[in-house]
Amino acid sequence: MEFIILILAGVLFATAIYNLLQKQLLRIIIGTVLLSHGAHLFILTMGKLKRGEPPILADGVSEYTDPLPQALILTSIVISFGITSLLLVLAYRTATENNTDNMEQLRGNDNE
Amino acid sequence: MLYIVLIPLLLSCIIPFISKIKHKLHTGLFVFLIPTVIFIYFIRFVGTEFEPVRQSYNWIPSLGINFDFYLDGLSLLFALLISGIGALVVLYSIYYLDKGERLGHFYVYLLMFMSAMLGVVLSDNIFVLYTFWELTSISSFLLIGYWHFKEKSRYGALKSMLITIFGGLSMFGGFILLSVMTGTTSIQVMIQNAEVIMNSPYMPLALGFMLIGAFTKSAQFPFHIWLPDAMEAPTPVSAYLHSATMVKAGLFLVARFSPIFADYEWFFIIVSVAGIVTLCWGSYMAVHQTDLKAILAFSTISQLGMIMAMLGFGTEAAAFAAVFHILCHATFKGSLFMVAGIVDHETGTRDIRKLGGLMTFMPMSAALALFGTFSMAGIPLPFLNGFYSKEMFFQSTLDLPAGANVVATFLVDIIPYLAVFGSIFTFVYSLYFLFGTFAGKKQVDQLPKHPHEAPIGMLLSPFILVLGVILIGLFPNAFNGTFIAHAAEAVAGSAVVENIKFWHGLSPAFQMSLAVVAIGTILVSTRRKWSKVYTFVPGGRSINNIYDAIISKLDSWSRRITTFYMTGSLRLYMAIILSTIMLVTLSFMLVTDGFTINSNDLAPVRLTEIAVVLVIIAAAIGTIFARQNLAAILIVGVVGYGVSLLFVIYRAPDLALTQLVVETVSVALFLLCFYHLPNLRNKKDSTGTRLTNGIVSIGFGTLMTLIGISAHSSDWFGTISDYFLKTSHSLGGGDNVVNVILVDMRGLDTLFEITVLGIAALAIYSLIKIKIKKGTK
Repeated sequence: MEFIILILAGVLFATAIYNLLQKQLLRIIIGTVLLSHGAHLFILTMGKLKRGEPPILADGVSEYTDPLPQALILTSIVISFGITSLLLVLAYRTATENNTDNMEQLRGNDNE
Repeated sequence: MLYIVLIPLLLSCIIPFISKIKHKLHTGLFVFLIPTVIFIYFIRFVGTEFEPVRQSYNWIPSLGINFDFYLDGLSLLFALLISGIGALVVLYSIYYLDKGERLGHFYVYLLMFMSAMLGVVLSDNIFVLYTFWELTSISSFLLIGYWHFKEKSRYGALKSMLITIFGGLSMFGGFILLSVMTGTTSIQVMIQNAEVIMNSPYMPLALGFMLIGAFTKSAQFPFHIWLPDAMEAPTPVSAYLHSATMVKAGLFLVARFSPIFADYEWFFIIVSVAGIVTLCWGSYMAVHQTDLKAILAFSTISQLGMIMAMLGFGTEAAAFAAVFHILCHATFKGSLFMVAGIVDHETGTRDIRKLGGLMTFMPMSAALALFGTFSMAGIPLPFLNGFYSKEMFFQSTLDLPAGANVVATFLVDIIPYLAVFGSIFTFVYSLYFLFGTFAGKKQVDQLPKHPHEAPIGMLLSPFILVLGVILIGLFPNAFNGTFIAHAAEAVAGSAVVENIKFWHGLSPAFQMSLAVVAIGTILVSTRRKWSKVYTFVPGGRSINNIYDAIISKLDSWSRRITTFYMTGSLRLYMAIILSTIMLVTLSFMLVTDGFTINSNDLAPVRLTEIAVVLVIIAAAIGTIFARQNLAAILIVGVVGYGVSLLFVIYRAPDLALTQLVVETVSVALFLLCFYHLPNLRNKKDSTGTRLTNGIVSIGFGTLMTLIGISAHSSDWFGTISDYFLKTSHSLGGGDNVVNVILVDMRGLDTLFEITVLGIAALAIYSLIKIKIKKGTK
């Protein structure tokens, strides 16, 4: 099963990067979202999938899934959420200020 | 000795304050004292019973870099030239530069240069020597660009800077190799361990690097091109730096290291060829110049080539002649530059085609120029020092030891002829300089100023130098025993006994001199007839053109390369970054044989999970093909919820919960921006771009999958989570291990993740609230 999830992560990476390389701001943000999903699944798989009960201590249970990757992913989800929302507002602001969301036109000034 | 070297540098700090009172006193009067004191300090060492002096001051002892000073005959000769001519140049500049000039700048740079030059000739430590060496380049750059409002000054300053710094860095490489070979930073210790260097495989490399440094600094062919352009500097600077001192630093370097390399066949070949070619080319080109200072610049180049050639010969007599000519050249070339400056100052032009017949207006300058040029030409008169050195030069070309290989044997045969050729042209340009300026037709009406004799103060310095020419000419042996012999001993590595005589009988060297005078006289009188030869050689081809082409090509190429990839398109940068990551990782994995597949430790595959995975894959691919914003946003939502479903399946309740909430809020945010962002249609790329993007993204995804599989397949060590599970209750006081990790065991992560959210919130708030009106930016 781990291999299948890793293939899924690979597909998410591939589609994320294809979106990142597009012209439109919205697509790029979609790309970052997909990229973080892929990374989260990647981390989860590294901790081996489904080897026991959820990591909530209970009597009579001896096998738990690995809690450390989950803690790491939880931190990462929150951070990527913060970044995504900031990017969205930034895209909104960029598009309204410059009247375009096309990356080919957003190139900065020549003298910079 | 440290203080003597550093005195000019230290005192230069107070020059700017002194120059403020320029209305009353010329700053140069104060500066004049400094080189005079140094000269008096060094003159005390002169004598037949001279012993080298060594002094050391700590600087960076742990790296073996200390202010080690070593004063032997060679250093003493140079130190006397630097301080003596320095004093005369300062005296001359008092009359040459007006009080209205930026005198503070001028004397600060000049004193900086003086310190640097003294440091170069006195240092025994190669790294200290290198430090002072670069300081001479920098101060020379500042002095050439002194009149910075002139385009040509800036061009000349930049050119000399690029060429000499190029050579300086090359020399630095040679020094590092030498110190690695011998394990010391002291030149004298290196000379004692010469056989260690000679047996090392790095020796040719070190020698080559050092010679590039010496050749660039001493304006040897083909690096001589910076010197004529350096003539844009004020004339005192040209006289001091570009005839007497700095351009001899390269000669000093070769002379200093020649005890190590003198027996090496290629040292003889490279140094003599460079010197002889420079001698011939410089003297040939000097006749072609129209600017007085350009004639002198090419003359300096050719004389430096002559000294370099003699240093390359490696015989004791040649070393003696080289040292002697260093002294002679400094005296007559310094005086000639000063005369050229006087002519420029009093007539307003340096163009030899406009000058002529100034003898009647400026008799004193004409007399000084006469001694200088006749000495430079090597005319056989017993009171001109140039004749003695030229005679010794001819004699040393005739006495070359037989070469060991074919090239050297050929050189030994041909060098005397080339020497005569170079000397003939030396004779021609010397007389051309003299007669073109002071004799011939008077063209007073066309001159910018009415010519008249210079003030006595201005004539004083060239007069003292010409006095030196005559004194050395009349009593050569008085200078011989006191310091030339000591200097030659330092170059040759053993005591040198030479007796300078005016009349050697009708020796071959004297016949060569006579031939030079005879052919030279014919050529001078028929100069107009054969001057067409310059349209064939060099014609339009010159090394300057090559330099300019290199500079402009480097400029345009680097511009082209930079604009090729720095297009301003973030997408392109992204593609480059990703492809680089991909290629580097892939090649690393392939080289280290990193890809492994091991299916021993896998969870069983179940249909429900497969179904979820397929839905996510379909949705992820769907984002690429969605044409509507709304559709794209919803499809991303499907991916997010699918991932949270996977979290549920894989026993991660907290993750599933958070993912659900975050996904919902994210989709809501996307929808908020939905109305404000333009729609996704009609932004298609060309097929080629899409293909490249596809390759990059699919390649990257595949690579990540492969890395994940490889990482999963190789089990290096167990997890540390057993500890968390075991101690969560007892130490953390909670049963939800993930939460205990987040707030207790690894609470710091959480603290900063909260900070990230807070910063993001503040940034979003300010992005929405702050409005900058257009035009007020």
